Amino acid sequence: MVSTAVRSRRHSFKRQLPLHLMLLPCVAIVVVFAYYPMVGIVIAFQRYNPRMGFFGSRWIGLENFKYLLNLPNTPSVLFNTVFISLLKIIAELVVPVVFAILLDQIRISSLKRSIQTLIYIPYFLSWIILGGILIDLLSPSTGLVADLWRLFGKEPVFFLANPRAFPYVLVITQIWKNAGYGTIIYLAAITAIDPALYEATLMDGANRLQETWHITLPGMKPIIVLMATLSLGNILNAGFEQVLTLYSPIVYSSGDIIDTFVYRIGLVNNQYGIATAANLFKSAFSFVFIVIGYILAYKFADYTVF
Amino acid sequence: MVKAAKAPRQMKIRTYSRLADAVIIVFMTAVALLCLLPIINVLALSFSSSTAAASGAVKLWPVQFSIESYKYALTKPQFLKSFIVSVERVALGLIINMTCTILAAYPLSKSSKELTGRNIYAWFFFFTMIFSGGLVPWYTVIKQTHLMNKLLAVILPGAVPVYHVIILLNFFRQLPKELYEAAVVDGGTEMYILLKLFLPLSVPSLATLALFTAVGHWNSWFDGLILMTNPDNYPLQTYLRNLIVVKNMQTMSSASQAELQEMAKISDRTLKASQIFIACIPILAVYPFVQKYFMKGLVLGSVKG
Repeated sequence: MVSTAVRSRRHSFKRQLPLHLMLLPCVAIVVVFAYYPMVGIVIAFQRYNPRMGFFGSRWIGLENFKYLLNLPNTPSVLFNTVFISLLKIIAELVVPVVFAILLDQIRISSLKRSIQTLIYIPYFLSWIILGGILIDLLSPSTGLVADLWRLFGKEPVFFLANPRAFPYVLVITQIWKNAGYGTIIYLAAITAIDPALYEATLMDGANRLQETWHITLPGMKPIIVLMATLSLGNILNAGFEQVLTLYSPIVYSSGDIIDTFVYRIGLVNNQYGIATAANLFKSAFSFVFIVIGYILAYKFADYTVF
Repeated sequence: MVKAAKAPRQMKIRTYSRLADAVIIVFMTAVALLCLLPIINVLALSFSSSTAAASGAVKLWPVQFSIESYKYALTKPQFLKSFIVSVERVALGLIINMTCTILAAYPLSKSSKELTGRNIYAWFFFFTMIFSGGLVPWYTVIKQTHLMNKLLAVILPGAVPVYHVIILLNFFRQLPKELYEAAVVDGGTEMYILLKLFLPLSVPSLATLALFTAVGHWNSWFDGLILMTNPDNYPLQTYLRNLIVVKNMQTMSSASQAELQEMAKISDRTLKASQIFIACIPILAVYPFVQKYFMKGLVLGSVKG
């Protein structure tokens, strides 16, 4: 009895060893490039000296945080981050749902597929490519949008240099890039709705709007709830690569976000401690929101990661 | 399952108004074209003469057709260098990322009975998705590893794409358990089962992940910007950033409208456009395949039941 137990344990250890070995390289990489940088958060509490390393530098307590609090543009950076990301979260939820519902109504399947293909293309292009295109497109002298403005007899607006317009430019261009992706997810959810439900409403004489309201939307609800709850974690992610590509000092007042602020302070001006402090603030809050998002997703959409 | 549901749906008799149908079709077609117009604009610019482009005459069709800008771009050493860096990056990145994804996903697809500490491993990886040390510590660590200016600097730090690992491990879990058990009875080792049984069965999933990995490497530019100090090592997108964005910043910082107009005239619009379009070509080339595999991979990843 005892000996078989021992044998089976030894067997299972022998069986398991290769599995642990498979994980080893990945664990090592993650330790070095994800966990070791977490140790580096101590920089936030130091006057960091790159030559002295994470633990050789002088500790200054909360001084970096105090400095940040007293910085005149801190409130606007915080506001911009939350404002832009909130607008994006809402737009990225609403627009793809609407597109999916409309696309589903199109019965010519080749047209439906073509539209799907076209609106999905920008998702695969980088912000640099899209930024290059946008800068040209929005140029007040030669851009296509300026032509359109002149067509309506208006003076062209320099959207990328206009602090009032800039956040909305970010939201619209984000939709341009990502709407196709969301649309496909929601379209898949619509396709999975039981067709018998539609037939029943048809018998009852429901019109298109009623059908959408009573069958399609409730059928999409689980995935909409899931996307909404998971997007909560992005409340402080206003789109680093996009903003860094499109912004300029003229629109800092409405377009500078935590991530670009951290990048400029940290890697351009080399104020490592202050940048890390600002980033820690963001990571900590994001962490809380992500966890809340996952909990809500689990509660309301039965979502589990593994 | 999705396919089965689709067939009866199309047979459904609808008696809705034709007008509403037409409105929807026109609207969605307009949306689709709107998504595409900017790209067509760039394409038209790239094939126009530089004087036509500078005067703002080019809209959606080339004016004074010319391939000069492509000729110039393709003989520009810096452009070619960074193009090659990007190709190398995609190739090496694909190998390393996919190897790590597979090697992590297979053990993690086991239950904690089959692999002691499975849940600890899973949380260990997952935690890095929801918390990070931030930009500066990350950068400092890579500096300490002496990877700066090497191709591995933009590959190794992200070698284990946890999100992809989760997608693949969920796929592995859906494979019939009996297959695994039969292979064990036949004396197959774990490595053998992974390579000869699981991987061949996971081709659609692996293809999706590989495409996303390749596109991701091709598109990323920020890591190249901060981890490569020598412009000779810039990936293509980083090179393009300096070409497009930095110039744009200078343009906007230099005040007056008159000055801006002047700069727009002397700027090499067609040249930029051609380089942007060349950088799009690989993406557009793999795009049909992305489309084909995407649904499967996506549904597995984010909408699993």
